[in-house]
Amino acid sequence: MIHLTNIHKTYQGVQPLHVLKGIDLHIGRGEFVAIMGASGSGKSTLLNILGILDDYDEGEYRLDGTLIRNLSETRAADYRNRMIGFIFQSFNLISFKDAMENVALPLFYQGVGRRKRNQLAMEYLEKVGLKEWAHHLPNELSGGQKQRVAIARALITQPRIILADEPTGALDSKTSLEVMQLLKKLHEQGLTIIVVTHESGVAYQAEKIVHIMDGQIENIEVNDGSAHTPFGVDGVMK
Amino acid sequence: MFELFHEIQGTLSRNLMRTIATGFAVVSGLFLLIVLQGAGNGVIHSFQYNMGGFAFDAVHVFGGMTTRPWEGIKEGRLIRLDDRDLEMSRRHFPHQITTAIPTVTNDGVVASHGGHYVSSTSMVGVYSEYAASQAVEMLEGRFVNEMDLKEKRKVCVIGSNSCKDLFKEGGTPIGQQVKLGSILYTVVGVYKVNEMFNGSNFYVPYTTLCTIYNKGRFIDELTMNTRNIPTDSAMQQFIAEYTRATSHIHSFDPEDDRALWIWNQAGDNIQMQRAMNILNRSFWILGLLTLLSGVVSVSNIMLISVKERTREFGIRRAIGARPWNIIMMVVLESVTITAIFGYIGMLLGIFFCEWMDATVGNQVMDLGVFQAKYFVDPTVDLHICIQATIVIIVAGALAGFFPARKAVKIKTIDALRA
Repeated sequence: MIHLTNIHKTYQGVQPLHVLKGIDLHIGRGEFVAIMGASGSGKSTLLNILGILDDYDEGEYRLDGTLIRNLSETRAADYRNRMIGFIFQSFNLISFKDAMENVALPLFYQGVGRRKRNQLAMEYLEKVGLKEWAHHLPNELSGGQKQRVAIARALITQPRIILADEPTGALDSKTSLEVMQLLKKLHEQGLTIIVVTHESGVAYQAEKIVHIMDGQIENIEVNDGSAHTPFGVDGVMK
Repeated sequence: MFELFHEIQGTLSRNLMRTIATGFAVVSGLFLLIVLQGAGNGVIHSFQYNMGGFAFDAVHVFGGMTTRPWEGIKEGRLIRLDDRDLEMSRRHFPHQITTAIPTVTNDGVVASHGGHYVSSTSMVGVYSEYAASQAVEMLEGRFVNEMDLKEKRKVCVIGSNSCKDLFKEGGTPIGQQVKLGSILYTVVGVYKVNEMFNGSNFYVPYTTLCTIYNKGRFIDELTMNTRNIPTDSAMQQFIAEYTRATSHIHSFDPEDDRALWIWNQAGDNIQMQRAMNILNRSFWILGLLTLLSGVVSVSNIMLISVKERTREFGIRRAIGARPWNIIMMVVLESVTITAIFGYIGMLLGIFFCEWMDATVGNQVMDLGVFQAKYFVDPTVDLHICIQATIVIIVAGALAGFFPARKAVKIKTIDALRA
């Protein structure tokens, strides 16, 4: 599903910063992968490149067979819309739209009619258990609820991959657990999920953990059960 | 497109404060433009109204008194115009003088009808061309005509104010008898009196008055219509030349500017036209400045609003909005606001002008000797209203376009972090 070959990325500036120094990574369909690393390791940059929010200087990135390189903003927007579902640390919901409208928004940019959009949005809200909250504005929802709305929004276009950037970063441990369980459930339904985190408790919910350090992949660890979870079964370290 | 409008309507209605702030700038800009234009038009129209019955190209010449000795004749001599001056006026200035009409006057006449009378009026003997030359506006009946002149009929045309005073019982004065001095005249017409200018003359046929009062070849006033005199200085030059030409007939110093008394309505008109142009232009400048301030406010608010929404645009782009979608959305939001509020501003402006018309527009200023309206028809051409509205809508579109284009040039990821 995702093929990264020798990806390099340098942030130009007074002091050019070589963030990614040759990343080779292959993620198959239906995998649940966590990218882990300390802050400044380049994990967020990697996720941005995966999400076509940022471009890279060198190497090759193929998403489901499509070469993603030097795209116009318009093409990038279309690929993001159809192939990728985003979940952000800060939810990124539009504050003046209610939950249903937020969920339906990606379909607006696909040109889906309003009735159909809203109907689908309600279905997806039901999947994340927020049907009763459909007409609440984001500031009337709790953190966990907001993130579930964001997940519903990420799912509504039936994307190839779900990219989650610190999805539990702004949540307490209880709601973090709920969100991670939701992601796991989605994985069980066959979705490809990539989570970026620096919390090992979150990372060890995934099947595969990619450790990044100083812009390079340190090692790829296959998660064999919850043995590595330092804080017990199903625990989420905070 | 419909979906886009629905999206915009949602955004606008849920950001009501922002929408109203932008809208207010548009409303006030257009409202002030239209009201200022209307007020300016009111003043200009009142000029025109008060000048009704005023011949804008007329020059009146009367005899005066010399103030300089000339060729052995002492100063202080009265000059009386006669048929030679008429001949000269008609022949010497073909490029400047289009018509020259003589009139004779008999002042201090008492006019009476039944028990009512008007004192200190003037009988003015006129030719039929006088009506066209001096823009006399008939309210009833007719002016002096060729037959009256030929047969020296004892007919008169009376002013609307004298008509009111003499015919208090009502009914038409046409065909009734009015006594002017000691002789009865039949009223054939009533003209509209502009109290600022022509008082209350009783017009009678020139030939009739000449015969009754034995005027001979003398003329009391030469009334001329002029052309090709565009400026004040040209008018001064024309008057100097005219005085010189007359001085040969009556033997007075060509430089003597008191020998003739010239009432230069046309010159006044040049100045008044200039004053009206200045007035008109300054109202336009004021109006356009208010419109500009409206445009600036809209641009400002759009600029801030777009900047404020950088993150929102980042979110929209992350989930699949193309840059063009964002620009279109902002431009259409801006156009929607300016169109709706522009329309409201235009309507308010027009209503206000109509209200001014209905109240101040009908007020008459009574100056004792005459009455004048000082605010007539303070309304604006609908075309101007619509054009101003279009200007502000276009400005709104541009005010949305440029910040939006700038906003989508920010990388999506940076916009998300904003």
